[in-house]
Amino acid sequence: MCLAVPAKVTTINGDEAVLDYGGVIRKANISMLSDVKVGDYVLVHVGYAISKMDEDEALETLKLWDEMLAAAQ
Amino acid sequence: MMQNTFNDKYTAARIIRKIKSISGKRKIKLMHVCGTHEQTITKNGLRALLPENIEVVPGPGCPVCITPAREIDKAIYLSHSGAIITTYGDMLRVPGGNSSLAREKAQGGDIRIVYSPFEAVEIAKRNPDKNIVFLGIGFETTAPMTAEVVKNAPPGNFSVLCSHRLVPPAMELLLKGGYDIDGFIDPGHVSTIIGTAPYVPLSEKYHISQVISGFEPLDVLMSIFMLLGQIKNNMAIVENEYIRAVKPEGNLHAQKLMRDVFEPCSKEWRGLPVIPDASLKIKPEFSDYDAEIRFDINPRINSEDYGAACGIDCPLCGNILKGLSNPADCELFGKACTPENPVGACMVSSEGTCNIAYRYGINQI
Ligand code: SF4
Repeated sequence: MCLAVPAKVTTINGDEAVLDYGGVIRKANISMLSDVKVGDYVLVHVGYAISKMDEDEALETLKLWDEMLAAAQ
Repeated sequence: MMQNTFNDKYTAARIIRKIKSISGKRKIKLMHVCGTHEQTITKNGLRALLPENIEVVPGPGCPVCITPAREIDKAIYLSHSGAIITTYGDMLRVPGGNSSLAREKAQGGDIRIVYSPFEAVEIAKRNPDKNIVFLGIGFETTAPMTAEVVKNAPPGNFSVLCSHRLVPPAMELLLKGGYDIDGFIDPGHVSTIIGTAPYVPLSEKYHISQVISGFEPLDVLMSIFMLLGQIKNNMAIVENEYIRAVKPEGNLHAQKLMRDVFEPCSKEWRGLPVIPDASLKIKPEFSDYDAEIRFDINPRINSEDYGAACGIDCPLCGNILKGLSNPADCELFGKACTPENPVGACMVSSEGTCNIAYRYGINQI
């Protein structure tokens, strides 16, 4: 039950959004996030979006990893 | 998109080479406190890739597993008194003192699985002449949702049996207990809510290295690498590997909901003792929605009958939740105790250590 799944926001209607989980469509409550837009990826937990997945941060992570791994001996 | 990026074999091999180069010889014990991390580690056979001196053990990270029998028995009592019990699916097979919600349902109890507390409120609206009790379990990842429905004026026939718990105080209990943990892989989803700050006092007080980790295999390997780097340099700080989902401040809206509706209290965890301030109860302003206050709950089982570990016949869950034993040590594993017929709570949920070991192979643990 703790599984939080990332999904893409396809439409927004007030506190409710329609999300695409790689083909599976479900609704979720987005009232816990302030700045969700169509096209964003969000993490959903028991019917509520709890966090935005940030694509820039994802790319940043990979760059950071590269630096950290290169620095380690 | 994002998922595939964090799943490539070349990077995995590179991280593992680096892990090997900095791991040293001394035995190092890392603990995670999240069932989803255990899934990632076991399913992908990550333990087998690590140097022999690096051990990764699961801690009390599955909310289903740590809900004590006594709290299940309260829900069963309310079901016997005619209420409709609603809860998450995994809770049905969790053993109570001498029954489970699944068994009560089979015998005619009105027990319904919901995906979200919101659905429990919908059931309450459709059944105005019945009491609807939501057995609210889970850590900081599900507590805000329970708070949200309580705060938004649900119908008068709705109430919550509050079994929510908090992760950092349980981590502190393990650190105090002297279980020789060298580093924590902090739970990514819990951290999306609470942010990084609640872990900092643990590093400061107990000199423990911590890395907040995501759930792809590469996330976990990278977090292990970062922890080993800290340990090698004698550092004890909180690093965030999962920056694509975890903001340093967490989810402020969710934190406020929790603060508005709940206050900390001290209760036992299954397999663990009473942990100070590691559980949540509903604040007096919302007592109309607190099942403990609304109903005179009196399960007819004496405290002594619950025993030391699970409160039932499971001999080892207590040690498994503290990272001291693994399922292979339990004589009931795979014999008397299976996912179809769980004896202990660790075998029930798909995030329970014994359940994961049963599905993916005990040699992975
Ligand atoms: S195998 Fe079953 S009885 Fe043994 S420790 Fe795990 S849950 Fe408990």
